[in-house]
Amino acid sequence: MGKRVSLFVTCIVDQLFPKVGMAMAGVLERLGYQVDFPENQTCCGQPAFNSGYRGEARLVARHFLDTFESCETIVVPSGSCTAMVTHHFAELFAKDQAALARVHALEKRVWEFATFLTEVAGVEDVGARLEEVVTFHDGCHGLRELGIRDAPRRLLACVRGLELREIEPAEECCGFGGTFAVKFAELSGAMARTKIEAIERTGARTVVSLDPSCLMQIQGALLRAGSSVRTMHLAEVLASR
Amino acid sequence: MSAEFDQKIHTTLADANLQLAIYTATGRLKEKRVESVAPGILPDYQELRTQANAIKQHSIENLDHYLEEFERNVEARRGKVVYCKDATEVADFVLGLAKERRARLVVKSKSMTTEEVDLNERLEHHGLESVETDLGEYILQLAHERPYHIVAPALHKTRYDVAEIFTRTLHVPNEIVIEKQTAIARRVLREKFLAADIGISGANFLVADSGAVVIVENEGNARLTTTAPKIHIAVAGIEKVIPRAQDLATFLKLLARSATGQLLSVYTSFLAGPRRPGEIDGPDEFYVVLLDNGRTKLLPDRTKRQSLYCIRCGACLNTCPVYRKIGGHSFPWVYSGPIGAIITPQFMGVAHEPSLPFASSLCGACGEVCPVKIDIPKILLELRSDVKKSETREKQNRIEKLAFRAFAFLMTHPRLYELAGRMGAAMAPSDGGSWIRNLPAPMNIGPVRAWLSQRDLPPPPAKSFREMWRRR
Repeated sequence: MGKRVSLFVTCIVDQLFPKVGMAMAGVLERLGYQVDFPENQTCCGQPAFNSGYRGEARLVARHFLDTFESCETIVVPSGSCTAMVTHHFAELFAKDQAALARVHALEKRVWEFATFLTEVAGVEDVGARLEEVVTFHDGCHGLRELGIRDAPRRLLACVRGLELREIEPAEECCGFGGTFAVKFAELSGAMARTKIEAIERTGARTVVSLDPSCLMQIQGALLRAGSSVRTMHLAEVLASR
Repeated sequence: MSAEFDQKIHTTLADANLQLAIYTATGRLKEKRVESVAPGILPDYQELRTQANAIKQHSIENLDHYLEEFERNVEARRGKVVYCKDATEVADFVLGLAKERRARLVVKSKSMTTEEVDLNERLEHHGLESVETDLGEYILQLAHERPYHIVAPALHKTRYDVAEIFTRTLHVPNEIVIEKQTAIARRVLREKFLAADIGISGANFLVADSGAVVIVENEGNARLTTTAPKIHIAVAGIEKVIPRAQDLATFLKLLARSATGQLLSVYTSFLAGPRRPGEIDGPDEFYVVLLDNGRTKLLPDRTKRQSLYCIRCGACLNTCPVYRKIGGHSFPWVYSGPIGAIITPQFMGVAHEPSLPFASSLCGACGEVCPVKIDIPKILLELRSDVKKSETREKQNRIEKLAFRAFAFLMTHPRLYELAGRMGAAMAPSDGGSWIRNLPAPMNIGPVRAWLSQRDLPPPPAKSFREMWRRR
């Protein structure tokens, strides 16, 4: 029996993109992990935190702690939600020593999916095959808060049949930003259009990312612009064979 | 969001020429910055940032000490330090001095601090002529506009715009060649420099151990402003003080690179006191106006007072995907971009434009390029929380507040959360799994409507992940 990992699929994957969660579970099982899904999980609380509602965010964060405290390793298909737990929970509980100790004990065990594969599982080739020209979108929180740059590219480089073309300019936000996308909808939409123009210049047919929320923004804007470019989560690419 | 903020964003986004001008100009500055701090050119860039941050932290934490030291050293060189708490005090001081010395004409070099206190308007209101001598600032003064950008004030103006402004205000023939436009401005401004009674400058650094004002610039107009007239007044925020002249070795390496991608600005002036006996150049009188204007309010908060570390390089503007779309004039005060979004609410109060800290996707690009490592995204998040805490019962968005209470309740009750998800999915139209472009009127409201105004919306799947997981 392999090592155990617990999924935190995030609320957005649970409610809107369940296939991403299934793909991630599939890749982990293929690598010999015993995968479980703690049923009490919901959200990391980021929407409330980013909107200035720290009290509400704290309640949700505490629920996360209660749900995952007993898990040895937690894998998350999102850089942004991972960063919320590993970088912002501590801010939420800065004045609560007991909760802070729980946060510090937990945050080391929470891994973004691509980083988990390269750093913990120690694999780059997961045996995937996908005949496709793709480009990769760096989600801002994964990139700047977690420092994830190489891991997904190393994983993609090992996918048979896949060609990766970089976006120029790279590292520019897609304009999602959580509630920003609806509070400043016109601005967010303009940022998304600049992003998809850059994506289309690569000539890739598919955009890959670690973050379902960026993909929702990009896919929504691509469809609205009448583009045939499609989006895939990294887990879906790695699950392809 | 205030209607004015909303309208300015909308107008800027709708102007295709302006969009191109902003995006191109900031893109050029952004690229040059990246090249100038590349590991092959500046291997110790990250160490310099850490050092700059440490010096600023130390300076701000010991602000009283270093301001007193600076004052002592300015006075030892026969200069004078004047403390001003707000715009009125700055104007009163300058006007009082002008009256005593019978001054009529003021030349100014670029200074965001004087923009903060509307100095030109206040001086002109009392019959003084005040002329901006930085080319960009001069263009904007003629056009009656505020700076669009901290470093490149006329970034939004094309050469054709400048030709039109010059023709209209200076009555010169239409001229679209940039070098010739510069020559026109130079001709006008040289006369002003020679005739000016007072020169007003800003300051990039105030050096405590030597009582010196340090100014960096590219056009030479600041050097003329500070040396040609008989009186020089430097107006600076109190946070500009640094302990030692040797600290400049750190800051000067970072400032020009971060601002324009230059290794060093064309002119770096060290100004300490009036002309000494035997010297040919320099003013007879030298004043440093130290302005508070809200700055001391930031000092109690350990995180937010980092905002005072800013050296006004503008790198965060050039890299910000929001600034690059909405430009400088959409911002509610003189400071724009990410740094404007954190200092405006703190200097002016969060009620000034409560939605300002929310006008960010929190992408973090600003924090990544800040040469003094201000954690701008973290401060934005704290300000968002401050806005929500400060909202009075009448002003708050009741629906939003209820929505987040409901969110927290659902997210801490997994069964209800699942049920709510199923209800939502049942209500949504199912069209073979294709993305949603329109919704019927009763459902097309609030955030859903805002989303659909720009993008298609993913349809809820037949089963949530947890349902698929149970049944697999």
